Amino acid sequence: MTHPPKSSAAAPGSGVPTMPAVPPQPGPVAPAPQAPPPAVAPERAPARRTAFAEGFDQVRAAATTEPGRLRIIGAALALLVVLFGAVTAWQTNDRAAAADDVLHKSQPLSSAAADIYRYLADANTAASSGFLAGGQETAASRELYEKDIDLAAAGLVRAASNSDPDSPAARTVAELNTLLPEYKGLVERARTYNRQGFPVGGAYLRYANEKMQEEMLPKAQNLYTSENQRLRADYGDATPYPWAAIGLGVLALAGLAWAQHRNYRRTNRVLNHGLVAATATATVVLLWLVVGHTVARAGLNDSYDHGVLSLNVLHDARIASLKARGNENLTLVARGAETVVKKNAQGEDVTYDAYDYDFDKDMDTLGKGLAQASKLADDSSGKQPVTAAEGNMAVWKQRHTAAREQDDNGNYEEALKRVIGPKGATGECFDSVDDNLAKALTHEEAEFRRSAGDGLGAMTGLPVGAAVLAVLGAAGAVLGIGRRLSEYR
Amino acid sequence: MRMRGRVRTGLRGWGGVGAMAVVCALALAFVLLLPLTQSHGDGGTETGGPGVVYARQAADDDPCLDPAIKSAPEKQTLSPSSADGPTIEKIKAREGEKRKLIVGVDQNSYRWGYRNPNGGPKADLEGFDIDLVHRIAQDILGDPNAVQFKAIPTNQRIPAIQKGRVDMVVRTMTINCTRVGQVAFSAPYFKTGQQVLAPKSSAIEGYGDTLAHKKICTAEGSTAFSKLDDDKKAGRLVASADITTTVPNQLDCLVRLQLGEVDAVVTDGALAASQAAQDPTVELKGTPFTTEYYGVAMKSDADDLVRRVNQILVDYRKDTTDGWQASYDRWLSATLAKDSAKSEPPPPQYLRTS
Repeated sequence: MTHPPKSSAAAPGSGVPTMPAVPPQPGPVAPAPQAPPPAVAPERAPARRTAFAEGFDQVRAAATTEPGRLRIIGAALALLVVLFGAVTAWQTNDRAAAADDVLHKSQPLSSAAADIYRYLADANTAASSGFLAGGQETAASRELYEKDIDLAAAGLVRAASNSDPDSPAARTVAELNTLLPEYKGLVERARTYNRQGFPVGGAYLRYANEKMQEEMLPKAQNLYTSENQRLRADYGDATPYPWAAIGLGVLALAGLAWAQHRNYRRTNRVLNHGLVAATATATVVLLWLVVGHTVARAGLNDSYDHGVLSLNVLHDARIASLKARGNENLTLVARGAETVVKKNAQGEDVTYDAYDYDFDKDMDTLGKGLAQASKLADDSSGKQPVTAAEGNMAVWKQRHTAAREQDDNGNYEEALKRVIGPKGATGECFDSVDDNLAKALTHEEAEFRRSAGDGLGAMTGLPVGAAVLAVLGAAGAVLGIGRRLSEYR
Repeated sequence: MRMRGRVRTGLRGWGGVGAMAVVCALALAFVLLLPLTQSHGDGGTETGGPGVVYARQAADDDPCLDPAIKSAPEKQTLSPSSADGPTIEKIKAREGEKRKLIVGVDQNSYRWGYRNPNGGPKADLEGFDIDLVHRIAQDILGDPNAVQFKAIPTNQRIPAIQKGRVDMVVRTMTINCTRVGQVAFSAPYFKTGQQVLAPKSSAIEGYGDTLAHKKICTAEGSTAFSKLDDDKKAGRLVASADITTTVPNQLDCLVRLQLGEVDAVVTDGALAASQAAQDPTVELKGTPFTTEYYGVAMKSDADDLVRRVNQILVDYRKDTTDGWQASYDRWLSATLAKDSAKSEPPPPQYLRTS
């Protein structure tokens, strides 16, 4: 028999707001007036009695009369419509916020991370090109290297400010920040020794390259991957159908329809203005919700399929072309200093130049990336630069083979001319591939912005509109039922 | 080939008896040759003759299975001769612009074969190897500059010779038994050995106990690394020496040394000297602790050319004004040793007969 006091203690607690009429009393006295109900409760019902149960009894009592039933129906309808509006507002607001993040936060961050990656790879390529030119290094190539390093450093600062402290991304950025000056120091030493004419300069450049390719680029790639995951998560938050809101909408409409049908059966009146208004607003909200979200979803999905996916593939292809160019240069810097032994198609061990071997791998990646980008490109202006880049790559491969042949035959100067020379060199092909990929990236970026912007636009005003309309609908339902109720007075 | 086939058939026919005979022959050859490998005997060119022939026949395709070749690969060369043969005739028959000796060289080894990156396309290659190439061209074609240099990467040295892209390779190429099976070597023109390179200020005194607790850098898969590894396992090198740092190329060791990542470098003394020439703060420590020889590599069947080059080497070393010694003084004495005695190979032996 410990239950009654406990449950009755809860009852007055919940009843407190409903008793403002009671004049303020000193605290200690307060329990006194509350005491009676528990004393009464055991008398009236020895079983459990809660406030809810009492309320339910009252409702049941009210439901025996028509006005009582009408009140209940009115309250339920109003509640349902308001609930529908609230859930719609809440769910669409979440999705709109996620879509906004996609467009204005996570995609720009993912692009920024890809840029850091590219600037680093580009700096490495520029360093090796400048090194090969030796004393004849052009101011332009030197500036390109310096600019890449500066942009990478600036990108790292931005990435640091956008990542949570202690997150893996922040740690990666910190590591890259320590490696960058180390890398730069090695490149400067390589230049100095090269200018003095010591071959150890080439060894320094290879060491710098190793640092870049084995330590820095993988870290930059991690950063890029984690930003991409964030982007994907935002897409995941923005695109699912708001089933709770839709379900409630259908339920509200069904309730309104039932109430009107009941009204018709009892009174033979076809239209109850209040209920019709409520039905109309609920229908508008539901339609707006479904159509708006479907359009938004389509826009976002489009921005992912034709924007983000293409951007990722193009970024990867561009990095592959940068790496290939770096390795092509380093084949000439190393002059056979590094070799790898790999099995050929016949299963025999063959010794390859380490950098030339990597070059072939990078070109494969580039070729696959371009083929994929071409498949993903959905219009001619997106496809055109990719097709052009594929053409450049084919010429590059031909010229590379010719240059390698010269080098393998010992015509180093001729090979050098065919790689970094002013005309007919592989450098031209690389520049064209890079330019075309940059063009394709700009195009896909614009595509992404347009589609994602459309998607976000489709959700504009939906949360507020749904809330306002729901309140109006609830008012309509209450008024409609009130109209019927008044007939009983 | 036919002869080897006959030997094999014989082996099969006589079974165990034949095999035993071969083993005896091998043992005999080994015993006969042992003194030759140790003492740099004077003149005794033909002493080991029959033994060698036996041994060569018994060994299969891999010359390293032949103890005579394995222990002294530098002696597997033909006797010198100035006579022209088919290979030399062909080189001399080249006309006009193409009347040049085509030689594979290195352009990355300072003081040996090197092209200054800032010299532009006209920059000449220079170094100890390059001097020798000019001498060979002078002798064969009458013009020291009748040479087409081809910068051959390390991995292309042997294929370039085998495919005839070059007439010869002069590129700090160590004579070893594996290569003897692939190309023909001249008599050795330089004696070197694994040596320690460390900063001048370092307490390291050479290959020995002063390497305790030091980090030593070697090139991946190099003779230096296998020697250090063997010595460490056998207890000939202090156990606390750290030999885990290996790099793709010996020159990378200088980078690691300068960056303070290692305390010492072990590589060919000749190449260590080339490293020391690029950094005045490091020097060779102690004396070489192995013996290796550099040779000129040519195609396996270019017998006349091999004999000719051996003859040129004999003359080159005799020449006191513009020969071997002068080249050594010019390129190597500054970092290797004032006295060239340690780098001069012993009087050559010509044990190869066919």
